[in-house]
Amino acid sequence: MSERPTDLWLDRLRRAAAAVARPLAFMEICGTHTMAAFRCGLRALLPDSVRLISGPGCPVCVTAPGDIDLILQAAQKPDVVLCTYGDMLRVGGIDGDSLEQRRADGADVRIIYSTLDAVDLAEKSPQKQVVLAAVGFETTTPATAAAVLQAQRRGLKNFSILASHKRVMPALEALLAEGDVSVQGLMCPGHVSIILGAGVYRPLAQRYRMPCVVAGFEPLQMMQTLALLAEMNQQGQARVDNIYAPLVREQGNQAALRLTERVFEPCDAEWRGLGKIGQSGLRLAAEFEQYDAAARLGLSRREGGEPPGCRCGQVIKGKQTPDQCPLFATVCTPTRPIGPCMVSGEGTCAAWFKYGRATAAGEAS
Amino acid sequence: MSGTILLAHGGGGQLTDELLEQVVRPRLGNPLLDAQLDSGMIPLPDGTRLALTTDSYVVQPWEFPGGNIGRLAVCGTVNDLAVCGAKVLGLGLSLILAEGLEKAGLERVMDAVAQAAKQANVRIITGDTKVVGRGAADGLYITTCGIGLVPAGVDLSPMNVRQGDVLLINGPIGEHGLAVMMARQMPQMVCPLQSDSAPLNGLMEALLAAAPLTRFARDATRGGVAGLCADLAKASGKRIVLREADVPVTAATRRAAEVLGIDVLEVANEGKLVAVVAAEQAEAALGAMRSQCWGKGAAIIGQVGAAGGICEMVTNMGGRRIVQKPYGEQLPRIC
Amino acid sequence: MCLAVPGKLIERDGESGLVELHGNRVPVSVVLTPEAALGDWVLVHAGFAISSLSEAEAMETFALLGELEEAGKSDE
Repeated sequence: MSERPTDLWLDRLRRAAAAVARPLAFMEICGTHTMAAFRCGLRALLPDSVRLISGPGCPVCVTAPGDIDLILQAAQKPDVVLCTYGDMLRVGGIDGDSLEQRRADGADVRIIYSTLDAVDLAEKSPQKQVVLAAVGFETTTPATAAAVLQAQRRGLKNFSILASHKRVMPALEALLAEGDVSVQGLMCPGHVSIILGAGVYRPLAQRYRMPCVVAGFEPLQMMQTLALLAEMNQQGQARVDNIYAPLVREQGNQAALRLTERVFEPCDAEWRGLGKIGQSGLRLAAEFEQYDAAARLGLSRREGGEPPGCRCGQVIKGKQTPDQCPLFATVCTPTRPIGPCMVSGEGTCAAWFKYGRATAAGEAS
Repeated sequence: MSGTILLAHGGGGQLTDELLEQVVRPRLGNPLLDAQLDSGMIPLPDGTRLALTTDSYVVQPWEFPGGNIGRLAVCGTVNDLAVCGAKVLGLGLSLILAEGLEKAGLERVMDAVAQAAKQANVRIITGDTKVVGRGAADGLYITTCGIGLVPAGVDLSPMNVRQGDVLLINGPIGEHGLAVMMARQMPQMVCPLQSDSAPLNGLMEALLAAAPLTRFARDATRGGVAGLCADLAKASGKRIVLREADVPVTAATRRAAEVLGIDVLEVANEGKLVAVVAAEQAEAALGAMRSQCWGKGAAIIGQVGAAGGICEMVTNMGGRRIVQKPYGEQLPRIC
Repeated sequence: MCLAVPGKLIERDGESGLVELHGNRVPVSVVLTPEAALGDWVLVHAGFAISSLSEAEAMETFALLGELEEAGKSDE
């Protein structure tokens, strides 16, 4: 077999894992890593003693049913054009309903590529209320902030947002602080880190003796990350390595951070499957309150939609496997997902569902 | 299943399957329909079989880089017959026009129909025209039918696929679907991709002549190569193994797919087919494809394994992943 | 979240720019990368450039990530 660039790191991973002589679980924090690892078939190559756990996942998957419900309420209002990213179309709200279904029922739902497309649309359609359903981690939040500022600059009275932006660091802190996460290293998300900077992981690494590697999404980067994490475990170190420099700088993207800080302020937020996490969300700062679609359209947030029994929190922490969840493959399936690990097509539960069924089919034939 | 029809029910993915299983097959099922081939096959007394296919075209926008709905209608219908091993006898074309449609637009569509028919060496032998009120249809829709004759001895079916057979494709994937998606979703973006729509009956004839041990072929339209191979695995009960490094994708296509966050394996093609051929005739099949104008980029992309009923891909880094039939509608995503 | 694609900044007018990605040309906002100059490489996420590199840095970085191999293929 010809030598691949990834083979070198795979070799180092194997040697370090063997030297450590105890099981190692590493967590990727970002849904894009989850998907990239799935696409390149990374897990199939790992030594038996090394597990890659999918963390909280993508911001779409962790958007609480109550927040999705607000977006669905907005889409139903007359004269509202609801703009959102394609990822949001299928995510279920409190009653399992989705934007996809609302669109079929007549709501005007538009898939956008850039938040500024929504601002342009508002300018061109003064008789409509354009609502941007904005989701995303730190990478995407500045784009929403930029859209709000743009709407303000253009004096648009018919543009508003429903923001369910999430902050990765408070969630990560909360997971680690509970002390029951069985994880020996973190694969830190490259694109979130472009905004936040590699520096944010240093206090975390120190406090929890947690090896961290900031990585991009190429197979090479991911394999290198696992090797470095295993080697840190072998050496008893807890460094933060940034292998996605120079894209990721120590201090992050200051222009983006300033933009976010100007438009938003931190608040507590509910994560699907994980519950409420302090300071893990963002709401519009007082100066920009007129861009809050919930207030403008008179929407009120309903609670609920988290069916009892969902174990995504335990799955994410690596404490349980999907088949130990009572909902798994019974009421929670890829076509009607309940927890974030199933909502994401590449989430841990979705992957288990696919592979489990595939194995069963193989045995049957 | 939810109570209303969603766009994704028409995406040729899992939701389309669900609709067929729950609504159509229980009511209309019969052995010919249940064979689930691209054409229905009617056995004739002399051992030949009549192939009948029908298809509707509702693409938006109906003009796109590299073609329009007329070219698509001819190529798609010809290909559904060709991949069953049929020689095309004739096509029917039914137009649904929206009130207010520019005549010049219709002329461009008919020019494209004529050109594609000439390239495929087929004739349009029947047709129909209806006009609906403004707003009831978006521009124009086309429904086609096609009839062909499968020679005695030619039998292409997933059931014939055997362990060790190889999978071939006649060129780089993803161009049609991405070109249309870019034109629809991101008109502000300049994209060099053009629809690959092409009639493949000539290529199929060359393939069957060079490789009589061709077991199965299908054009990789909605659902892309992923949907095709997942279906093939399920229908044949075999494990289908694709090699990522061997699946032809141009750099421009790959990048366009990355911008939209879409897996190019799931993107629709309109001039690409996957053929399964006995290993000993793989080289002959590849040569036959490459000798054709719509097969110059042909490649061997995988092989048939033991029983398993799933499709797997061996990735560039040597890992493995399952290739699934896509859900339905393809959407740009950011995560 | 966060798919992002690298490309070269070939036009820039205030906060707007145009990025070339293997023949695809995508309009982007450069409001998050005020330092990006023509000819620099930027990483594009959802229509926004989120990070910029000099061409030299980009060549080194993306060569490491296997991007250049792909760039070579496009010149066929």
